[in-house]
Amino acid sequence: MTDFTQLGIKAIRDGVANGDFTAVEVAEAFNAAVADAAELNAFIVTTPDYALEAAKKVDADRAAGKQLGSMAGVPIGMKDLFATRGVQTSAASHILEGFKPEYESTVSQKLWDAGAGMLGKLNLDQFAMGSSNETSYFGNVANPWKARGSNATLAPGGSSGGSSAAVAARIAPAATGTDTGGSIRQPAAFTGITGIKPTYGRCSRWGIVAFASSLDQAGPMARSVEDCAIMLEAMSGFDPKDSTSLDMDVPAWAASLDANLKGKTVGIPKEYRMDGTDEEILKSWDDGIAWLKDAGADVVEVSLPHTKYALPAYYIVAPAEASSNLARYDGVRYGLRDLPDGAGLQDMYAATRAAGFGDEVKRRILIGTYVLSAGFYDAYYTQAMKVRTLIQKDFEAAFEQCDVILAPTTPTAAFALGENVDDPLAMYLNDVFAVPASLAGLPAMSVPAGLNKDGLPLGLQLIGPAFDEQAVLNAGLAIEQRAGFTAKPEKWW
Amino acid sequence: MSNYRVQGATGEWEVVIGLEVHAQVTSKAKLFSGASTEFGAEPNAQVSLIDAAMPGMLPVPNVECIRQAVRTGMAIEAQINKWSRFDRKNYFYADLPQGYQISQLYHPLVGEGQLVIEADEKAGIPEDKVIRIERIHVEQDAGKLMHDQHPTMSYVDLNRTGVALMEIVSRPDMTSPAEAGAYIRKLRSILRYVGSCDGNMEEGSMRADVNVSVRKVGDTELGTRTETKNVNSVRFVMQAIEHEVQRQIDVIEDGGTVVQETRLFDPNTGTTRSMRSKEDAHDYRYFPDPDLLPLELDDAFLEECRASLPELPDAKRARYTGELGLSEYNARELTAEVETFARFETLLAETAAALGKPEAKVATQVANWSLSVAPGVIKALGDEGDAGNATATRQAAILKMQDAGEISGGQAKEIFEIVLKEGREPEEIADTEGLKQVSDTGAIEEAIDTIIANNADKVEEYRSGKDKLFGFFVGQTMKAMQGKANPAVVNQILKDKLG
Amino acid sequence: MSVTREQVAKIASLARINLDEGDLDHMVPEFNNILAWVEQLGEVDTSSVEPMTAVIPQKLRLRDDVVDADPLTGGGKRDAILANAPVAEHGFFGVPKVIE
Ligand SMILES: [Mg+2]
Ligand SMILES: [Zn+2]
Repeated sequence: MTDFTQLGIKAIRDGVANGDFTAVEVAEAFNAAVADAAELNAFIVTTPDYALEAAKKVDADRAAGKQLGSMAGVPIGMKDLFATRGVQTSAASHILEGFKPEYESTVSQKLWDAGAGMLGKLNLDQFAMGSSNETSYFGNVANPWKARGSNATLAPGGSSGGSSAAVAARIAPAATGTDTGGSIRQPAAFTGITGIKPTYGRCSRWGIVAFASSLDQAGPMARSVEDCAIMLEAMSGFDPKDSTSLDMDVPAWAASLDANLKGKTVGIPKEYRMDGTDEEILKSWDDGIAWLKDAGADVVEVSLPHTKYALPAYYIVAPAEASSNLARYDGVRYGLRDLPDGAGLQDMYAATRAAGFGDEVKRRILIGTYVLSAGFYDAYYTQAMKVRTLIQKDFEAAFEQCDVILAPTTPTAAFALGENVDDPLAMYLNDVFAVPASLAGLPAMSVPAGLNKDGLPLGLQLIGPAFDEQAVLNAGLAIEQRAGFTAKPEKWW
Repeated sequence: MSNYRVQGATGEWEVVIGLEVHAQVTSKAKLFSGASTEFGAEPNAQVSLIDAAMPGMLPVPNVECIRQAVRTGMAIEAQINKWSRFDRKNYFYADLPQGYQISQLYHPLVGEGQLVIEADEKAGIPEDKVIRIERIHVEQDAGKLMHDQHPTMSYVDLNRTGVALMEIVSRPDMTSPAEAGAYIRKLRSILRYVGSCDGNMEEGSMRADVNVSVRKVGDTELGTRTETKNVNSVRFVMQAIEHEVQRQIDVIEDGGTVVQETRLFDPNTGTTRSMRSKEDAHDYRYFPDPDLLPLELDDAFLEECRASLPELPDAKRARYTGELGLSEYNARELTAEVETFARFETLLAETAAALGKPEAKVATQVANWSLSVAPGVIKALGDEGDAGNATATRQAAILKMQDAGEISGGQAKEIFEIVLKEGREPEEIADTEGLKQVSDTGAIEEAIDTIIANNADKVEEYRSGKDKLFGFFVGQTMKAMQGKANPAVVNQILKDKLG
Repeated sequence: MSVTREQVAKIASLARINLDEGDLDHMVPEFNNILAWVEQLGEVDTSSVEPMTAVIPQKLRLRDDVVDADPLTGGGKRDAILANAPVAEHGFFGVPKVIE
């Protein structure tokens, strides 16, 4: 009998469509796997009934000879940043605990419309702020991987840490993620899976709890490039409810996948060779270069001179936007209310927000409030937005010379839980390679490249010009085919 | 220059006033959501998920709100910025669900413009005066708090949240309460002409933030100003200024200094007081709203806005006195309100057509009818009449009969009265009610002959030079004719017969 | 530039987040570390650079003036609006009494 949990999106969809098995069998298998993996703490809320119901509908549709959607029969995990009607949407915060939206996010709705079902709401860093999933009010997520010879629990990356852990542990064939400054790519790299952040505006932000509006993008996390392409197609598309949504047709990315890179040029950004980057990361980068050459690509060195400034610019822009986006959590219309005896309205705000937000969220709100405040706005925020223009121009110039850029996803492999929690800056540095593409709104993906000497996965990142997800997916596929990454974490949970 | 001065203990003071008027944009749906803007709904019935700032909700701007603000800008001859942006103004309050108001600080939609307030000797405005307008920006309205429904709670109604406002910011060009009043009235008139705001101050469609400072006559530096928020009538604006001027003078003359602060107007006492609750709200941390892209308008859009502008108050008044030959007074009265000029112009067109004369030839007659005769009759009738019966066609018919000498002025009023009461046609009323002048020379001659025969002494006196007696004969004739004789015909026959 | 304990407290009050002394003990140095680090942006010569206005160059789309065209963005859903409210009475949200 097939172990359905080992299957990815395409295998499940095609198997259901062909009648090899039913969607209900698949849903039941994953529901059981989810129930069995409580130790990973990947889910905040599980919704087995939702998964089953969606599966029943797919099976009934198939029996009735109806056209099935591109995700028909695939049960997925939904990052708990997407509003799901009637199901708690918490952003992993105390302040939204118990909040059950009366609406469905555009992206999740599109996935249900494509026939996917929901296994549950996935854990994440609180309000998507973090790189290790240690800022969740609902506890840390465990990376299913362990270093060889060690029993230490590792971080699954963040903020989409529940998503990465679930997909890597085979308790979900795929999951949604969101990426503000690397939150899809970094956890994908830490857990040996694949994840893509599309061009800013491809996926509607309507119904996704906002972190930093000019950076937030949803994307799929799965176990193959092709699965990512299929799921990204289902998630993407113009949404009139989002002013920043791209009014463009969604290309047939999956059908157009092509790993033959003859005539394509891959750019290697020299500024990404930073001091302190792990030797094994640099080695896997060289492997990636060799694989892409093998796929027929020319390789050139390119320069992204302002790379060094991307991370500090990000840590001004993202907190600034967040400080304003999170002002709505005030205990008036939904979520937590903390009303000390005799407190007035403004006291209630301050008490509610103190009780409802975690430390990292508070830290970022304070930084964001400070950089926008009178007298500092130009020196910090305006300067950061100017640097952002320079970073965008760097990429534009680089893409005159190449079709896609290859770089590491992260400077290190997964680290142990607790290792960086006391040093916010060290934690921020995790996203040093991921953030530039976020600031420029470019499509970027992480694919597994191999294991380091501790047996932990490493990821390679592909960055494309705006709107050219296909270039990213194709180069990703070329790497996937050559890396032969078949390793998976041993089940310990 | 205004001659408004306030005598203090230490000398004469003058006043500097600037106004920020918030005008609700006329639109069916809100600025960034599809919820209705209709006034008077049940609490929170007209609130979208966006207005309530639910997690993940996003704004998409309403084209009509942009269009109306652009048209308003054009009506005050302002610079229209083809590139503008929305910014967030951040502060915490229960009527502001997002925790920020989407507004425009750095790049407003409308730049420098102006309007003219008219001379009004009585009010102390000796001559026409240009008031400069700094900008108009588009922003969201806030919700409403109710404080008197519960002993320990305030209630929040978000129906108004997200309704589009234009904030129209004047330069500090006004120097008396009268000028401020005239400015608001003029602005309201323009907004109503353009149709971008209904100007209904009772429903809060227009509110003014009043910035006032005082200085000694002759000083060139501006004094410290205070901002009195949300004053919602012309009278209150003038009262708030008067109170604030006196208060500031008193503070300074008592050796104190005026504090730059936000104040609240109390309509019951006509005074202002400090709004301590907004004390720490000074750092609004404005920054461009990352949920919205820059607003870029193309020439076609602006052209469409311009083409849809009506004739504006100043131009209309000039045309009324020039082309139509109306008096300055009549022109001003007729152009003050949209409803007034609209009724006038319809009636003018109908009357000119009915009489077969150019509008200029009948304008004065129609103006007098519209401004005094008709309103007089309507007012006198009160509830007995139905103004809805007074169609332009019926009024034009009355004016036509009067112009032709078929009815007298008195008869015109009587006929109009019946029109208002019963909705009948004027010609039919004149016929069946006997409300017509007799122009039949035979009947008039007969009456006059009798009068001359009975008053031989008066005839003698008249003929010997006592011209004044002519009126006596007219009166006698009209009396004999029971008031129905055509006065022109009576005059002519009397002149002939008396010699 | 470094910020004082008082400044951090003031920012926290502007952001409506109560911080106790213990919170401030760790928040102040963290805050200053992060600030010192982001200040390297000052090295970049941006005198002839415009701040980014749109991540992907696009024009702002405007929607038509139609009420409740899309139920997801329209009004007339008081129950949904109040469904998650900590305090809702008579169709209103309730908050501690505000004195103006
Ligand atoms: Mg104001
Ligand atoms: Zn305003």
